[in-house]
Amino acid sequence: MTAPCPPPPPDPQFVLRGTQSPVHALHFCEGAQAQGCPLLFSGSQSGLVHVWSLQTRRAVTTLDGHGGQCVTWLQTLPQGRQLLSQGRDLKLCLWDLAEGRSAVVDSVCLESVGFCRSSILAGGQPRWMLAVPGKGSDEVQILEMPSKTSVCALKPKADAKLGMPMCLRLWQADCSSRPLLLAGYEDGSVVLWDVSEQKMCSRIACHEEPVMDLDFDSQKARGISGSAGKALAVWSLDGQQALQVRGTHELTNPGIAEVTIRPDRKILATAGWDHRIRVFHWRTMQPLAVLAFHSAAVQCVAFTADGLLAAGSKDQRISLWSLYPRA
Amino acid sequence: MSCQQAEPGLAGAAARRPPGGAVGQLLPGGPGGPSLPGVDGDHRGCCGPQLPADEDGAAAGQIPARGPAGSADGGAVSAADAARLHPAPGDAAGQGGGPARSPGQPPAAGELGRVLPPELLPPARRRGRPGAAGSCGLSPRWPGFLRVLRVSGPRESLCPREAAPEVLSRLLGNLVVKNKKAQFVMTRKLLFLQSRLTTPMLQSLLGHLAMDSQRRPLLLQVLKELLETWGSSSAIRHTPLPQQRHVSKAVLICLAHLGEPELRDSRDELLASMMAGVKCRLDSSLPPVRRLGMIVAEVVSARIHPEGPPLKFQYEEDELSLELLALASPQPAGDGASEAGTSLVPATAEPPAETPAEIVDGGVPQAQLAGSDSDLDSDDEFVPYDMSGDRELKSSKAPAYVRDCVEALTTSEDIERWEAALRALEGLVYRSPTATREVSVELAKVLLHLEEKTCVVGFAGLRQRALVAVTVTDPAPVADYLTSQFYALNYSLRQRMDILDVLTLAAQELSRPGCLGRTPQPGSPSPNTPCLPEAAVCQPGSAVASDWRVVVEERIRSKTRRLSKGGPRQGPAGSPSRFSSVAGHFFFPLLQRFDRPLVTFDLLGEDQLVLGRLAHTLGALMCLAVNTTVAVAMGKALLEFVWALRFHVDAYVRQGLLSAISSVLLSVPAARLLEDLTDELLEARSWLADVAEKDPDEDCRTLALRALLLLQRLKNRLLPPASP
Repeated sequence: MTAPCPPPPPDPQFVLRGTQSPVHALHFCEGAQAQGCPLLFSGSQSGLVHVWSLQTRRAVTTLDGHGGQCVTWLQTLPQGRQLLSQGRDLKLCLWDLAEGRSAVVDSVCLESVGFCRSSILAGGQPRWMLAVPGKGSDEVQILEMPSKTSVCALKPKADAKLGMPMCLRLWQADCSSRPLLLAGYEDGSVVLWDVSEQKMCSRIACHEEPVMDLDFDSQKARGISGSAGKALAVWSLDGQQALQVRGTHELTNPGIAEVTIRPDRKILATAGWDHRIRVFHWRTMQPLAVLAFHSAAVQCVAFTADGLLAAGSKDQRISLWSLYPRA
Repeated sequence: MSCQQAEPGLAGAAARRPPGGAVGQLLPGGPGGPSLPGVDGDHRGCCGPQLPADEDGAAAGQIPARGPAGSADGGAVSAADAARLHPAPGDAAGQGGGPARSPGQPPAAGELGRVLPPELLPPARRRGRPGAAGSCGLSPRWPGFLRVLRVSGPRESLCPREAAPEVLSRLLGNLVVKNKKAQFVMTRKLLFLQSRLTTPMLQSLLGHLAMDSQRRPLLLQVLKELLETWGSSSAIRHTPLPQQRHVSKAVLICLAHLGEPELRDSRDELLASMMAGVKCRLDSSLPPVRRLGMIVAEVVSARIHPEGPPLKFQYEEDELSLELLALASPQPAGDGASEAGTSLVPATAEPPAETPAEIVDGGVPQAQLAGSDSDLDSDDEFVPYDMSGDRELKSSKAPAYVRDCVEALTTSEDIERWEAALRALEGLVYRSPTATREVSVELAKVLLHLEEKTCVVGFAGLRQRALVAVTVTDPAPVADYLTSQFYALNYSLRQRMDILDVLTLAAQELSRPGCLGRTPQPGSPSPNTPCLPEAAVCQPGSAVASDWRVVVEERIRSKTRRLSKGGPRQGPAGSPSRFSSVAGHFFFPLLQRFDRPLVTFDLLGEDQLVLGRLAHTLGALMCLAVNTTVAVAMGKALLEFVWALRFHVDAYVRQGLLSAISSVLLSVPAARLLEDLTDELLEARSWLADVAEKDPDEDCRTLALRALLLLQRLKNRLLPPASP
């Protein structure tokens, strides 16, 4: 609309094939943590975690720890070379990858069979916090790691009827030390929990379908959530820790599997069930690109700090894109 | 109005131009303007006494001494000159301008000088330059009309806004009304017998007729005659395209000059000739003729019936159509072409002026939106990519097998599945040739009868590509089926033409070198000798044959010492043309029944468009059958076909026939041509010579000339010129 002739959408910079099963989780490991060789972890439906080198664009190693069950979530810890992987075998594994090792050093048993991905809150300290879907169908459990002691279980009131938690995001405001949890629920609402008081601070019903994923920009105190429906919702958090819907963005096709804001908070990407990756300007929510490359639903998107975008799809491919690279 | 281009033959005329133009320039007041009664009076005065002398047949040479300008021209129209004007291309006014000067002219110029006050004379004359002395600009003989037309056109050096018709009127006065010969020249000869008048000249001429109330009935008369010619079917068939364009332009210019009340009286007459013309033109198989018909019909009907619903055709806008439509924009009678010129300017200038405004409009809210977000990092500018491809995702129900596709296309009530099947078909056919061969004819049948159930983007292309894929995969049976259906009863012309297109495209695909690469084949690295194609394609044992070849090649390679560096050079790998074995299936059935009309399909009658396509298709198939053994038989049959139709009235058919002859000459080996097709070639040659000389259609002439050149080359090769 603004330019008379917009440029055609770009092609992926490169494509990683070889997972031989649908890709469900992606995570970048880069910077000092990667010690000079940036890696991409991908979790597949066959239960394998592939470790890709972004330099050689080949799989370096394959981690098999979920007994053939789908890997739904991957996260590295800031200290050491440790990787967390969550699988549908109701296990959360902690891998030690330092010095070429690839062994499960610890694991947490989950009690929820839902699709909810876990979340961590880890600074530089050895102790970190983990949020996992809990025992009851609507519970979220907070654990202190690595001791695996349960801090609390966040259970909504009986009449809340939120349904299962679908996505979790633990975070901490810069100015305070109180950990907070944002959770999206099956009924389409996003809830802010104060972890230490085990209290539901705020709740907004911003979707009509289950919330599939959310991401939060703690600097701007704004977040975005995607659902199984046709809309993206942008909401913000005010000083009284109350959520407010700032707007919704209508999509062409329903279904968002994952929403990720780029670390520099300039743009965000969504993984669509409609085989497309959508890129938006985070501040204005102006649509910037619709990347149609995959031939099946896109399940996950991830960004590196320098702007590389990776998307994993049910068509067993991982596409990597360089959009609006950082100067 | 463009400025006049200088023609070489008019060097003299160019030198003589200034007076005419200068008069126009110096007299901005228009004809009979109060400022210069003397000049007008001079013209009229000269014209009056002149005329009787003309009609008495007075010698033209004697007249000019009495007066300048138009009066002298009036006396000059003689039969001999008319013959010279006859539109043998290229002569035009160039010749006429040069020799026509008579010794009587300088005095005439002098007279003009005497009549005009010195300040009104062109600068050159005021300075007394000798070359300009004789530049009165008008010879006493008839080609002066042409020259006057040119002279009166505006030129760069003069005021560009000069109204050409005014100048012409100033020069000629009402001569057209008074002198029958002048009338003949201006209303018939220049309009109907000449096609080399440029558009500005036409505008000058017709504008001149429109300027005076005495002359306007003449303009109406001209319009009627023009439209009559325009609507005559024989004229359409036998006049070359430039002439038709010329007449169309003249019609449009006339219409632009004539007002509603004048047209009303002869509305029926005009309408009748227009309708006849539109019918004939839309029947034509040449797109430019059709388009001329559409444009003129739109304009004429809009002018004759302004109150009725507008006639609107769909045609692509190109330079010509825009020019024609611009000509048709009505202009007030006295205002001339300069008005049209100015009215054009805003029309073209507007869109660019608007677009930036829109951009600004579209851009502002977004900028505000971004600014309102109270963020400081507004320096980042992300240019959005094209998002036009972001459409609703259709649930993927694409069939995975060819048989599923057939089933989906025939029985499926589910539109989405039907569309998905159509989209998937081409790829499936190429991917699974064996499965396709089992159902090939059935599939071709389904596709041929397929109708567009819903609005599917690119339906025609999808269907055609699928049909081509089926034909390529299983050529002989499908080609047999398609060619038999071409002459079957219950098909539309569109389907018949689709059959022809599919056959051509499939033949092209089959004959393309490297086409075999699609099907898995044991590698045959040796460049095949072209004399073995059939054997390699048809024999099932060919795989074995190429196997031993590989072994032998390997053995030779291992025992050969190569002194040069670098790997053995590989030319483009040759492969047998798959078309050669099936060319007959494509070709001969199409030739069999063209002269047997059906109730629904009469190739030799009104379905000449299909006949033209058939001729082109046969030519293309012939061309693609180069190097095949069946080419000689094909060539013979094709030449017979051409011979039977050589006097066809439709230019498109003739074009097809001519290109077919060329393809025969190209595809059949020269020796066989001479041996087996001598008679046919000799016959064709005389016809070609005839067409190259006399055909009204320019493309036909060109094609015939090309074929003749090919024949000539063939003759030179077979019988070297040194032999006698």
